[in-house]
Amino acid sequence: MTATTTNPAFGPGRRKPFVMRNPSVLVFLACLAIFTVGVTILSEGFGIGVISTSFIKTLGKTLCLCLIAVAMDVVWGYTGILSLGHFAFFGLGGYAIGMWLMYERTRLIVAESMSNAALPPTPEEISSGIATQIFGVVGASEFPPIWAFAHSLPLQLLAVVLVPGLLALVFGWLAFRSRVTGVYLSILTQAMTLALSLYLFQNDSGLRGNNGLSGLQNLPGVTASQDIVSMWFLWASAFALGAGYLLCAWVVSGKFGSVIRGIRDDEARVRFLGYSVEGYKLFVFTFTAVIAGIAGALYYPQAGIINPAEIAPIASIYLAVWVAIGGRGRLYGAVIGAAFVSLVSTYFTGGQAPSINLGFYTINWVDWWLILLGLTFVLVTLFFPKGIGGLFDLITDRRSPDRHGADLGPDQGALREKEAEE
Amino acid sequence: MTRLLRLLAACLFALLPAAAMAQDTDDLSEIQALLQEHREIIEKSSRRTIGPAIDAIAASGLPAAQDVLERWQAREMWQRTDDGLFFFTEEAGEDANGEDLLTLFDIATGEEVGTVLEDDMDQLKPNSGIRAMMGAALVRFQLTDPNDRVRNRALTAIERDAQDSHLATLRSVIAEETNPAIAARMARLERLLTIRFGEDDAERIEAIESFSGDLGVDLRATLNPLVQTELRVAEGEAPEGEDVARVLRPGSEALSKADAYTLLVREELAPPLISGDDQKAALVANIIDGQVAGIQVADLNTDDARDLAYAELVRQGAVEAAATEDEIDEIIDGYAFYEVYTATSPEVVAAALGALRSIDTKVAVNQFLDLTLDALSLASIYFLAAIGLAITFGVMRVINMAHGEFIMMGAYTGYVVQQIIPNYTASIAVAIPLAFVVTFAAGVAMERLVIRWLYHRPLETLLATFGISIALQQLAKNIFGTQARPLTSPDWLGGALVFNDVVSISYIRVAIFVLALIFLGVFLFIMNRTRVGLEVRAVTQNPRMAASMGINPDKINMLTFGLGSGIAGIAGVAIGLYAQVTSELGQGYIVQSFMTVVVGGVGNIWGTLLGATLIGFLQKFIEWFNPSNTLAAQTYMIIFIIIFIQFRPRGLIALKGRAAEA
Repeated sequence: MTATTTNPAFGPGRRKPFVMRNPSVLVFLACLAIFTVGVTILSEGFGIGVISTSFIKTLGKTLCLCLIAVAMDVVWGYTGILSLGHFAFFGLGGYAIGMWLMYERTRLIVAESMSNAALPPTPEEISSGIATQIFGVVGASEFPPIWAFAHSLPLQLLAVVLVPGLLALVFGWLAFRSRVTGVYLSILTQAMTLALSLYLFQNDSGLRGNNGLSGLQNLPGVTASQDIVSMWFLWASAFALGAGYLLCAWVVSGKFGSVIRGIRDDEARVRFLGYSVEGYKLFVFTFTAVIAGIAGALYYPQAGIINPAEIAPIASIYLAVWVAIGGRGRLYGAVIGAAFVSLVSTYFTGGQAPSINLGFYTINWVDWWLILLGLTFVLVTLFFPKGIGGLFDLITDRRSPDRHGADLGPDQGALREKEAEE
Repeated sequence: MTRLLRLLAACLFALLPAAAMAQDTDDLSEIQALLQEHREIIEKSSRRTIGPAIDAIAASGLPAAQDVLERWQAREMWQRTDDGLFFFTEEAGEDANGEDLLTLFDIATGEEVGTVLEDDMDQLKPNSGIRAMMGAALVRFQLTDPNDRVRNRALTAIERDAQDSHLATLRSVIAEETNPAIAARMARLERLLTIRFGEDDAERIEAIESFSGDLGVDLRATLNPLVQTELRVAEGEAPEGEDVARVLRPGSEALSKADAYTLLVREELAPPLISGDDQKAALVANIIDGQVAGIQVADLNTDDARDLAYAELVRQGAVEAAATEDEIDEIIDGYAFYEVYTATSPEVVAAALGALRSIDTKVAVNQFLDLTLDALSLASIYFLAAIGLAITFGVMRVINMAHGEFIMMGAYTGYVVQQIIPNYTASIAVAIPLAFVVTFAAGVAMERLVIRWLYHRPLETLLATFGISIALQQLAKNIFGTQARPLTSPDWLGGALVFNDVVSISYIRVAIFVLALIFLGVFLFIMNRTRVGLEVRAVTQNPRMAASMGINPDKINMLTFGLGSGIAGIAGVAIGLYAQVTSELGQGYIVQSFMTVVVGGVGNIWGTLLGATLIGFLQKFIEWFNPSNTLAAQTYMIIFIIIFIQFRPRGLIALKGRAAEA
């Protein structure tokens, strides 16, 4: 509150509007809007057709990845919880929407094929027809109990939010309650992700095991071509990213933001000041898990397929890599990191990058990109803890007042080292 | 020249058939006489009638009997068309006219008797049924063969496919057996055959009881048919006695309602159940003007409506009456379903049941032992994978996500060494120290270049080492390709240590267990008994104080990290021996290893040991409940660990006092 009372321009008791205090939010939203409009104009579906539909999908997916990166930044960059489980929440959101997409599309196909029969099909026949279609690959022909709501879009949309949210709530409650912190928490979240992906790999998990859910790019009942549908998803993803960014920026800007940054820098002190550290952490963890779920629900219909390999622990670690390269502790950094690294990854692993011939050896980027990424990541961690976002500081000449100029990255040990040197 | 002679001989035979015909039966060898005696049925060569001929030959005790049976079985015995005498033959090429020739040999002496045209001979062509009978008869000869190997092979053949004739044969030869091992085998087989084929119940029961406490799979295979049951149905109540094994309730796990009803239909006690498809077909066949029995086709979109329409069709006499699913329950209720033993003698069944029950108990105990051994070996693998981490993470508190890649590097080192040194024993002996050297160097390099800059930033260490981990993994993929590379173990590690039919463990696993123990010993020795260990402990507890005592913390950190990495390399060789070597080998162990260290308690090697034991046993016992699904076992185990950490966040053996804060 001190910040507001000392500001003469707005008088006592009045806060500057949220966006005024955070000009970067406006700049970001403007950039996002320009990007979306620009892509629309250049698209095949609605514009002059410079950008191919497959690239539109890549862009749409990248927007979703940016959204989960923002969530990751809130939980890691601002709260100091290095969660290696957020991609699991992302995957769960994808599975939740994928169940409806797959059910509904299969239902339409089955109903279509049965409509020519001599007798009108009974509901049981339709249901068993759908089940056989969907679960034939794993040798089952009945719906597992978790598909009970797959017929209903509203209920599955609710599941997109509730399933990751509840999992995060229960897991977070267990973990924070017993004060598992730092690397232990990271390993624990990684174990959770591993358990989830191993579970989903089973054929009798009820989600088609290794096969995952497929054909998600086809919206049931929509006859529009993929050119159009991909644009819808791009808009939806851009809107979700904008809304998510705004919400996250709002959450981390006020008093709440101060508390979670305090938790990041010294959890014990915040606790001694009387804050319920566990409550704050649990809220942030669950809140970001929900955002991750929504991002996943938008991502996988564009990807077309989801399988358990997508949520293996390594994916969550990549998420941390994006955020670290982009710059932790600033939301636009996360967006830049996710967009930059995932697009560059697509470029290099897609086989478009030209090979470099060294005479005695030809560097094939498909093989060498991961090595380059890994080493880049080591270098960023060692020498540029602020990431790409740090470059903006050079322009704006921003200092870190709360850290006495010593920016060592949001890490528990960071402050301790500084204190030791003082 | 010989060809010419043979031709001459053939001509002579052809010219002098009378001479051969003149031979009286008295002049024939005994075996030839015996064959002639049964000539008719031999010529007929039918499985049903040939028995006496084969039995007579086998029982004759003639030295040529075995030979005759074997050659006959191999279709090498021919009969001369004109006089019906039997000969062994060999192809002898063609004569001048291009006719096939055969060389004849006497069946008693094996001496060559001449060469004839193939057209003058008939080949005996026993069919497979007859050949099997000959095989059975030959068993007697094989069982008395002077060669141990032949006798053993004969016993194996009997074990695989026993017939009741074998029992008598076996009994008659058992007393003559001199080799004690074969004699024991024969005695066991004789008792098994007695159980199966013995004529006297008392004798069979005695044989069953003589096996008390035996775990052999062969015994169980012999006993199980005796207690086989058959499902029967009776109206009203199930009958008493009559070897009733148990009464089944339809709808229970042992007997589904559908199965019960199928039985009723088979016994013609109930009308056949009409399946949904058949009902549909019947309805479709009776569509008249868009209606089925007065019901609009469009309304037939529920099961009830279809049943109604079908019932109406039955009433009209258009289709046959059939039970629908609803009526099943009612019909089934009127009958009792029970199982009876198919074996004839109740006493034998009782004895077999008793024996099987005691075997089951014993098998369960032994399975438990086997499971414990499995768990122990899994625990030692986890321990081996985690022990390097216990040093880098447990002692130094450095989160090394590339630890798994050091394991992989060790395994690939082993693979490369095997490519250069073909002798497996020598290559393993070279690979183990070499793997240590390679990963030690890699560890030291990593510590110098990356980790030492991040000692106070554990989360960033995690991320940086993760970057190294993906780079190393991809590098391995680039060098060795994505397919799995074999790391072959030497022959003396090939087999398994077999305790009995249930309990066994492969030698590789024993070796890994021993290796894990050695590592534990080495670790304890270095940490507690050497100068380096003392310095390591000093530096981890308080680097500044240690430095002021003249210890160089940089050097110690480097060495410690190298040691932990080097041990991971050796573990890699061991793990590579029983798993395939791929670039993802280490990745599979990294989470597991961290769990092991965290569950056990950071900073304490005994904790790591305890953690590995707990996780190994837990995983094996969860697998035991659901053997087909190791993925589920891993899932549940991780969930258990997450919950476990709730109650003991600092692990099983928690450090106390200052050490805990270091």
